[in-house]
Amino acid sequence: MAANFSNPVVRWIDHRLPIFTFLHHEAHEYPTPKNLSYWWNFGSLAGIALVIMIVTGITLAMHYTPHVDYAFSSVERIMRDVNFGWLIRYIHMNGASFFFIVVYIHIFRGLYYGSYKAPREILWMLGVVIMLLMMATAFMGYVLPWGQMSFWGATVITNLFSAIPLIGDPIVTWLWGGFSVDNPTLNRFFSLHFLLPFVIVGVVILHIVALHRFGSNNPLGIDVKGQKDTIPFHPYYTIKDAFGLGVFLIFFAAFVFFAPNYMGHPDNYIPANPLSTPAHIVPEWYFLPFYAILRAIPDKLGGVLFMFGSIAVLFVLPWLDRSPVRSGQFRPIFKIFFWILLVDVVFLTWLGGKPAEGTYVILARFATAYYFIHFLVVLPALSIFETPKPLPKSISEPVLGAGGGFAGATAAPREKV
Amino acid sequence: MIARLTSTIAAVAIAAGAWSFALSTPANAAGEEIEIPSHDWSFKGPFGTYDRGALQRGFQIYKNVCASCHALNYVAYRNLEHFGYNEDEVKAIAAEATVIDGPNDEGEMFERPGKPSDRFVAPFANDKAARAANGGAFPPDLSMIVKARPDGANYVRSLLLGYVDPPADFKMMEGMNYNAYFGGHQIAMAKPLYGDDVTYEDGTPTSIEQEAEDVVTFLAWASEPEMEERKRAGVMTLLFLLVFTGLLYATKRKIWADVH
Ligand code: HEC
Ligand code: HEM
Repeated sequence: MAANFSNPVVRWIDHRLPIFTFLHHEAHEYPTPKNLSYWWNFGSLAGIALVIMIVTGITLAMHYTPHVDYAFSSVERIMRDVNFGWLIRYIHMNGASFFFIVVYIHIFRGLYYGSYKAPREILWMLGVVIMLLMMATAFMGYVLPWGQMSFWGATVITNLFSAIPLIGDPIVTWLWGGFSVDNPTLNRFFSLHFLLPFVIVGVVILHIVALHRFGSNNPLGIDVKGQKDTIPFHPYYTIKDAFGLGVFLIFFAAFVFFAPNYMGHPDNYIPANPLSTPAHIVPEWYFLPFYAILRAIPDKLGGVLFMFGSIAVLFVLPWLDRSPVRSGQFRPIFKIFFWILLVDVVFLTWLGGKPAEGTYVILARFATAYYFIHFLVVLPALSIFETPKPLPKSISEPVLGAGGGFAGATAAPREKV
Repeated sequence: MIARLTSTIAAVAIAAGAWSFALSTPANAAGEEIEIPSHDWSFKGPFGTYDRGALQRGFQIYKNVCASCHALNYVAYRNLEHFGYNEDEVKAIAAEATVIDGPNDEGEMFERPGKPSDRFVAPFANDKAARAANGGAFPPDLSMIVKARPDGANYVRSLLLGYVDPPADFKMMEGMNYNAYFGGHQIAMAKPLYGDDVTYEDGTPTSIEQEAEDVVTFLAWASEPEMEERKRAGVMTLLFLLVFTGLLYATKRKIWADVH
C-alpha cells in the first residue's frame, strides 16, 4: 500500500526523497505477529537505552577532561558544579548497567524462543557483535573517571593480551601507548569510547534491516502464515513499546535518583593510584560471568580463550542447535536445560564477584564447564534426541494441528501487505 | 494481557533479585569480615534530608579537629550556604582562611583572606608534606570519603568510635593505633575524637557519639551535596512516571481491545 500523505510538504519531499514512505513501511504498516509477549519489548528498550547513553555521553564529554591529572576531578566537578551534572552523570553511569540488563534479557529471550534459528542467523550474529561492542565501550568508559577501579580494571584487562604467545607483550605496550596504563591510554580510551557507540548505531541499523527481512519471531516460534496472523506495527506495538518504556523508566529512575551508586564500586571514588593496588579488583557487574570464566582456568592464555570462547559459541549457536522447532514452549527437555543455563550464568556472575581462591575456583570450573557443555553437547544432542510437542497450525489458530507439521525450517520472506 | 504483563514483571523482578543477591556479598578474600553497626541517619531513606543543625555542628568538628590533617578539596566555602548560613556569614567563614594566590603583576605569590568562591584550603601544601607530618601515612581528602567506602556513613562513624583496647596478644606496629573497624585494625590516625573537643555554638552536649554523628553528617553532605535535590527530583519523576505509565497502559488496552 503506497502511503498517502495529506501534508503537501511531506508529499513534495517524499516524491523526491522517499523517507516518509520508507518510515511508513518499516515503522507503521510493518506487519508484526500479533502474539508477541512483553519479552519482545526489550529490543526497542535497548535502542532507547543506546540513545540515552549517546545523549548523556555527549553532554558529559563537553565537561570531561581526558588527562590523568584532571579526569577524576573533572568528573567530580561535573557532579558538583555543572547544572544537573549529577543527573547527567548518574543517568550515564546507571544507564550502562540498565543497557546491559535490557540486552541480557533480550538475549535470553532469543535463546528461549529460538530466535537465532533460520532464517534469522545473521540477525542473531549482528546482535552478538553489538554485545561485544557494548562491552568494549563500557569497559573503556569505566576507565574514564580514573578512579582506582578504572585504573586497575584497565590494567588487569589490557594485561590479558600479554597471554598471546610471542607478540603478547608488544601488543600490550601498543595498546597502552607506553609501558603502563597512563595518559596515552586514557586519551585513546576516551577517543574510542566516543566513537564506538556510533559504530553500535551502525550495527543496530543492520540488525533492524535483517529483522525486517522476515519480521519478528514470536512466542510460538512458528512462521507468520498470512495477514490474519499480523497486526501493523503502529499503533499496536508503538503503544506497547511506549508502555514498556514507562515501566523501564520507573525502575531506571528509582536507581538514578535513590541509589545511584548501588551498582558502582566505592573504590572508584578514590583517585587512581598506580602505587596502591586495591585488595580486590572487580569489574562492573555485567562482566562478572565472563570474569569468572577467565579466572576459572588455571592458565592465562587458556582463561582468555575460554572467555572469548564463551561469546564465540553464541556466534555459532544457530548451527549447534539444529532442532527445527524454535520456541522452547514446544521443547519439553530443552526448556529444562534453558533454565539450568540461566541459573548457571547467574551463578557465574556471583562467582565473578568472589576472590579467585579455594572453593570458588572449583565451583567456577564446574559452572564454566557446564556453560560450554550446554552449547556444545546438550543443544546438539537435543536436536537429535528430543521429541518436540506438536506445533499449532498458525498464530491465529492456536489449536494444535493434527500431526503437528514443523513450521520452523522453511520460512518465506515476509509478504508486504 | 495483565497476567502476561505481571508474569513478565515478576520474572524480571526475580531475575533482578537473583542478580542483586549475586552481587550483594562484597568480594572478600582472606581476612575477617568486619561487621559495621548501622546508625539511624537523618539522611537515610527516600525522603531523608541532612539535619541542618548536625551539618553546622559537624562543620565545626571538621574545622576544629579534622582540618588540621585532612583536606576537603572539592568543597567550596560558598557551598556552606546550604547549611542555612547567609551570604555574610559565609564570607566571614571564608575570610578566616588564608589563601595563597598569584602570581601578581610583580610575579610574586601572595596571601589573601579566603573568598566564598575558594575551595576549602588544604592543611598541607602537597601529599609529601602531609605524609611527613603524619609519620609517613597519608590522611586522605575527605570530600568523597562517605561514597568511597562501602556503607560509608556507618563505616566512618564506627571508625571514629572504634578506638578500643587491642586484644592482649595483638602485635601493634610502631606509631599505629588499634581500631576495631579499620581493615587490619592498625590505623596511622590517632584517635581524633574524645568528646568535649569543641563547644557547640548551639549548646548541644558534646559527647563523642554526638560529635561523630555530626561530623559524619557533614562528610556525607560533602560527598553528596546534591542528595536532597536528587531525592526531591526523584519523587517528582517517579510520581510523573507512575501516572504517565498508567495512562499509557490504559491507552494500550484500548488500542489492543480489538486484537484477538
Ligand atoms: C593528626 C592528624 C589527623 C587528624 C586530626 C584526623 N585524622 Fe583522619 N587520618 C589521619 C591519617 C594519617 C589517616 C591515614 C590512616 C592510615 O592510612 O592508616 C587518616 C585516615 C582517616 C580516614 C580514612 C580511613 C580509611 O578507611 O582509609 C577517615 C575516614 C578519617 N581519617 C576521618 C577523620 C575525621 C572524621 C577526623 C576528624 C574528626 C580525622 N580523621 C582527624 C590523620 C588525622
Ligand atoms: C554504548 C553506549 C555507552 C556505554 C555502554 C557507555 C558506558 C560508560 C561507562 C560504564 C562509563 C563510566 C561511568 C562512571 O563510572 O562514571 C562511561 C563514562 C563516560 N562516557 Fe560513556 N557510554 C556510552 C556512550 C557514550 C557516548 C556516546 C559518549 C560521548 C560521546 C560517552 C562519554 C562518556 C564520558 C565523557 C564518560 C566519563 C564521565 C563519567 O565517568 O561519568 N559515553 N560510559
